[in-house]
Amino acid sequence: MPVPAAAQIRTIQAKGDSSSMNESATHSAIETVIRQSYGQIVAYLAARSGDVAGAEDALSDAFMGALRRWPVDGVPDKPEAWLLRAARNRLIDSARHDRVRLRSSEHLQQITEEAQTMATTIDSFPDERLKLLFVCAHPAIDVAARTPLMLQTVLGIDAARIASAFLVAPKAMSQRLVRAKTKIRDATIPFRVPEPQEWSERLAFVLDAIYAAYTTGWESGPDSSSTHGALAEEAIVLGRVLVKLMPAEPEAHGLLALMLHCQARREARHSCDGRFISLDRQDTNQWSRPLMDEAEQHLHVASDLNRLGRFQLEAAIQSVHARRAVTGETDWQAIALLYEGLARIAPGIGSLVGRAVALAQAGDPVTGLTALDDISSDRIASYQPYWAARAHLLHLLGKSSDAIEAWQRAVGLTDDPALRQYLMGRIGESASL
Amino acid sequence: MLIFHGSKADFDRRTDPKKGPIFWGEFMAYVHAIQKAGVVVAGAGLEIPENGKIVRVRDGSSQVQDGPYAETKESLAGFLLIEVPSLEEALAWAKKSPWATHATVEVRGVLPPGDARAPILPA
Repeated sequence: MPVPAAAQIRTIQAKGDSSSMNESATHSAIETVIRQSYGQIVAYLAARSGDVAGAEDALSDAFMGALRRWPVDGVPDKPEAWLLRAARNRLIDSARHDRVRLRSSEHLQQITEEAQTMATTIDSFPDERLKLLFVCAHPAIDVAARTPLMLQTVLGIDAARIASAFLVAPKAMSQRLVRAKTKIRDATIPFRVPEPQEWSERLAFVLDAIYAAYTTGWESGPDSSSTHGALAEEAIVLGRVLVKLMPAEPEAHGLLALMLHCQARREARHSCDGRFISLDRQDTNQWSRPLMDEAEQHLHVASDLNRLGRFQLEAAIQSVHARRAVTGETDWQAIALLYEGLARIAPGIGSLVGRAVALAQAGDPVTGLTALDDISSDRIASYQPYWAARAHLLHLLGKSSDAIEAWQRAVGLTDDPALRQYLMGRIGESASL
Repeated sequence: MLIFHGSKADFDRRTDPKKGPIFWGEFMAYVHAIQKAGVVVAGAGLEIPENGKIVRVRDGSSQVQDGPYAETKESLAGFLLIEVPSLEEALAWAKKSPWATHATVEVRGVLPPGDARAPILPA
């Protein structure tokens, strides 16, 4: 089973002798390349061979070669080009050894030529990460594998870390990734940007997969060093890559703006002793201005592109919340209106619950509660935010015992200890109505 | 099956005058929520291991001893037998349990009925 290059390198570094200047220079050069170019090199090679796992293995071998050679020869001027050449040589070697896949060998000639040119004359090589992102989120790939596949192939994150962030056994995650990569190769999923007629559907899969990485990270507790918290940041890295690769796509800007607005409040979500603080009770001085500004810039770019979508609406809702840092109050009427639009184009349970809360906060808790009653019962059985919202609305309506029951249901459905403690506290508030 | 393991400290928490009510408040909310989700087949919480008895039959004679069994650090505190479509969902329910935040929850599959590994009664 192939071990992802980044994981191998980190293992080697841990064993390495850090007293040697050359070695530490090598290690930091390699670390930089991993961060910046892992996905680009994998995408470049895989787009030509159709084989993601093969590309990762070859790059992994190239990293090993760099760890041997660079401390002796010095770090090359263009480390990416060096690694790409080494990886390409490795691919050609393995193709010679087992001429199993004809398709790969056909492309190898092309890679050889391109790599030759690149190594001598070109500073950079074409960025094929967009094609790789579309392959990762291809309809033929299992939905549960799409986000992990992106995190691994584009950012070089190892399977064990991805597994713990998604609460999956490491072995099961490795198998899921291997299966997906085999599928890409054997089903010859094309490395190309979708045609205009399939664009919006295919783009939605890419956006969903990136957002799934973010929400998985977001739902974590206050420990920002946790694998979960780090996942939210990796999702933002993916969001920035996406915006760079498709600057004229408003939904890419919308997704990034949404993630940045949420991320801006990361510190404010928990008190120094780890207690959960709900959005309306957060100290706006703790919200990150640079992140909010960056979010607003992307929202502006998106609106200039003049094509509304789900992520822009969600980002706009967060933008209204962010205004509280300036005005001191929340415009719930505006939020209710935005949720109305969101519930129409993306009637997920999240937007339906958000809409009900906004209606109540805007002054109409009865309509809000009716909106909650209208959500079908099979969607709410294990959805914690529904029960917290319901409890909050019942509390606003002064229905103490019903509110307590709903708070208890929410307590039983959360897996975040800080949130559980907060919800227990809300039971007390409703009890003293 | 979700299997709740705990140390002496975890058992003590259940009867602690301060922590006990919080623990039971959270835990019963969890049990109620998982039942309402319609996935629970059976479940039980267990008394402290000191209240248990150990039974062995050796060479035709039976022995009964007081628990706990051989100085075990962790003992069974309870279980929930649930029916869900995937391991992922079972793990998600395990993570939601307040027991997981201080003690241990083990998730283990149940052998299918009539499995070849199960004992066969003589005809």
